[in-house]
Amino acid sequence: MILIVAEHTAGKLAKATLEMVTAARESGREGPITLLVLGQNVAAVATESAAVADQVLVADLPGLATYNAEVWAAATTQIAQEGEAHTVIIGGSRSGREYAPRVAVKLDAAYLEDATKLSSNGAALQAQRYTYLARVTETVEADGLVVVTVKPGSFAPAAPAAAAGEQYDVELSLPAPRVEVTGKSVEKSSRVALTEADVIVTGGRGVGSPENFSRYVEALADNLGAGVGATRAVVDAGWRPYAEQVGQTGKTVQPKAYIALGVSGAVQHLSGMGKSKNIIAINKDAEAPIFKVADYGIVGDINEIVPALIEASRK
Amino acid sequence: MNILTLVRQVPDAEARVKINAQQVDLDGATLVIDGMDEYGVEEALRLRESGANVEQIIALAIGPKRNEDALRTALAMGVDRAIHVETDEKFDAVTLSRVVAQVAQAENAGLILVGGQEADWDSQALGAASAERLGWPQLTWTNELKLDGETLTGRHDVDDGNESFRATLPAVVTTQQGLNEPRYPTLPNIMKAKKKELRKDDPATYGLTSKVRTVGAEIQTRARLNRMIDGKDAQAAAQQLLDLLRNEAKVIA
Ligand SMILES: Cc1cc2nc3c(=O)[nH]c(=O)nc-3n(C[C@H](O)[C@H](O)[C@H](O)COP(=O)(O)OP(=O)(O)OC[C@H]3O[C@@H](n4cnc5c(N)ncnc54)[C@H](O)[C@@H]3O)c2cc1C
Repeated sequence: MILIVAEHTAGKLAKATLEMVTAARESGREGPITLLVLGQNVAAVATESAAVADQVLVADLPGLATYNAEVWAAATTQIAQEGEAHTVIIGGSRSGREYAPRVAVKLDAAYLEDATKLSSNGAALQAQRYTYLARVTETVEADGLVVVTVKPGSFAPAAPAAAAGEQYDVELSLPAPRVEVTGKSVEKSSRVALTEADVIVTGGRGVGSPENFSRYVEALADNLGAGVGATRAVVDAGWRPYAEQVGQTGKTVQPKAYIALGVSGAVQHLSGMGKSKNIIAINKDAEAPIFKVADYGIVGDINEIVPALIEASRK
Repeated sequence: MNILTLVRQVPDAEARVKINAQQVDLDGATLVIDGMDEYGVEEALRLRESGANVEQIIALAIGPKRNEDALRTALAMGVDRAIHVETDEKFDAVTLSRVVAQVAQAENAGLILVGGQEADWDSQALGAASAERLGWPQLTWTNELKLDGETLTGRHDVDDGNESFRATLPAVVTTQQGLNEPRYPTLPNIMKAKKKELRKDDPATYGLTSKVRTVGAEIQTRARLNRMIDGKDAQAAAQQLLDLLRNEAKVIA
């Protein structure tokens, strides 16, 4: 069987889960597609999961109320072993890429990390993945038991299957978490999540100040129903929360349109947004590297162009 | 307690990468210690300087000869000695974690520091896989760290924000931007580093076989329209851009 660990937040299935189902369907691997739902009070998530999977395994336990790498790794491994999974698919989120290697070690499986494409070549599962700050696409393969993480935004979300899958409750023996969480700060945004947004407006240092960031970047994003992104320079300056950072050490995004305002286009930034379908750049420096990857570019001053854009997009 | 810091030598971010015979060819590229690992080296030194009970800080690199330079950098920054498991074979991170775990045990390490993501393979797996092999907990994407006796406290990034944590050694910590500003090795320290031990280990003693094969590599290029709009008249430029996004690219309503 192909085992997929469902990602969900606030009682809803994440788009990433539907993408993993597509990855499983395209992988050429055989057997029923099984979604594993780990959490507490996850009945609604299980029902949503059943629409796209052949079967759903539900572990609704207090010990799974909050994510912990060792607990998630143990739970996933136990189910993979009991179900004799030959392929385990985990989301390429921060947490997914944190516990998936533990699952691979526990199962003595090969680990294909952050796949953007999956296919079978005889007995081998082949995966494409980006390397060298996303400038290179490598194809890697492994035989036998494989743990795969899937890069968010790389696969189309799966459409519902012909018939809803059966749901089964599972028993788990979970280890006690050894990392104690003593505080949490959730960087909530009232806007669409960056990894789910069709349009993203990102501001760089060229935007000028935190006030301008609200006045220009947030205002334009709101007119376009877009998510808000930031460069590391902006995050380091304390203008914006880290949650908005796009790039090597921030989020990887692949929207239909990525609008970069006053962003130079450093390689570390490009590595997080270079796969966007359309890149739009506004920068006063005609030589800025961002223009090399842009589909549409305006050489001009943020302070003039963006107010005009906000005005025109309001109509 | 000893601290093990893992280092790798990777192409500089601005270096051009070439592909040769379906493989990345680093010939001629400028190579540097992986910035993410450098945060780990710096943090090990700072933990000791802050009074934590750290006997030795040992840097470990696994991979081709070029990693010697990363180890020299770590030694010049202040680590006590270095171990290089030299091999030209490409092993995936989960396989490499076998070496990390064995060295950690042999060297009596209680804390492993490693970069959160590798700048060449874009992998985040080495820390977690090493932690699992050792049966240790891990803290990833750490940007604040304190060690008091055997107790680690700090802060790290998670999916939807960040968390403060407490854990007991032994543990694996993966490092990232914001944790510290790595120091520059001074000339006297660079000279001193030349006398420090850099031990070469035979990869065969660690029993490695990679389960993952690299079968191809391509430079990612995506043809871009590069359509420039004259920005002199801001109103006209804004209108033209919106028209193109609505009617040509069809990305906004
Ligand atoms: C290990 C490592 C990891 C990193 N990870 C990331 C990452 O995840 N994400 C990231 O973004 N960066 C990352 N960086 C940093 C990256 O190298 C750049 O420093 C950063 O992206 C630059 O941000 P910026 O483009 O906003 O600022 P700058 O480079 O300062 O560029 C500002 C741009 O705005 C333009 N400008 C200025 N004023 C105006 C105006 N009035 N109107 C129009 N244009 C104007 C300028 O011409 C310039 O091109 C990383 C670096 C390292 C070393």
